[in-house]
Amino acid sequence: MPTIVVEVMPKAELLDPQGKAVAGVLGRLGKTRFTSVRLGKRFELTVDGPVDEAVLAEVRELADSVLSNAVIEDVVGIHVVGADSTVGVSA
Amino acid sequence: MRIGVVTFPGSLDDRDAQRAIRIAGAEPVALWHGEHDLRGVDAIVLPGGFSYGDYLRAGAIASLSPIMAEVIDAANSGMPVLGICNGFQMLTEAHLLEGGLIRNDHGSFICRDQQLRVENTDTVWTSGFASGQEITIPLKNGEGGFIASAETLAELEGEGRVVVRYVGLNPNGSLNDIAGITNARGNVVGLMPHPEHAVEAGFGPDTASAMRSGTDGLTFFTSAIERMLASA
Repeated sequence: MPTIVVEVMPKAELLDPQGKAVAGVLGRLGKTRFTSVRLGKRFELTVDGPVDEAVLAEVRELADSVLSNAVIEDVVGIHVVGADSTVGVSA
Repeated sequence: MRIGVVTFPGSLDDRDAQRAIRIAGAEPVALWHGEHDLRGVDAIVLPGGFSYGDYLRAGAIASLSPIMAEVIDAANSGMPVLGICNGFQMLTEAHLLEGGLIRNDHGSFICRDQQLRVENTDTVWTSGFASGQEITIPLKNGEGGFIASAETLAELEGEGRVVVRYVGLNPNGSLNDIAGITNARGNVVGLMPHPEHAVEAGFGPDTASAMRSGTDGLTFFTSAIERMLASA
């Protein structure tokens, strides 16, 4: 079954306290080559039928209206994984 | 005077809000998130807590609850609406108030008696305060950092829509020390600290005169009641 993946990240200009906490533990583990860590969300939306342009348009709309809040987050990627997709990667 | 308090799955301070309304002199009315019924109330409180476990984003799923359709309509037609903590987060997610709340900059949950300055006394919920009055009410949140775009921030400041500001210490990294804001009309107010926890001597924050004697939060509720009685 095809799955549409939506990726959401905290806005680049905002402090990301969760990413900062992860970066902190990497430092404590001696992993010093990583200068920063940012932490976001990945949504997987599965559909029964093929993923056509109408499905993708609906996902794009939901990504902006429900899955993310434009005040604090950006949708950084929407792409299709799995069989039966009639369209490829889209942003 | 009947003031509704909406209970969502994961609300924690709905009973405290009802108690505050009763102590302030109005009748609290329990409202349920899953219904499309405001039961004829004159004002609405969206209480604190962790609706839906803060899943998706704090307040996001609750802001799409059935009753929120009626709350949004009522707010847009001028009904007084107060969002406390999680309720403030819902108001921003419902686009009734601008900006958003993100995880505290220090990464930790914080619980303290917080000093605030009341900067806007024209709102329905703050008209009983003196302009610039400093008050102390409890604050307890993990995601209380207020943020907004530079344009929105300038608009909020320029129009005097910052209602309360943190004093002494910014507990969560909120921009411009903002603890609460209002809409242009002044009927919708959201704030992160909890006025409903400072309404009765013996159960509030410490004051210089006695332990737990602080009742500064009561004025939020009496302000709304007096304003509504005056316009009734």
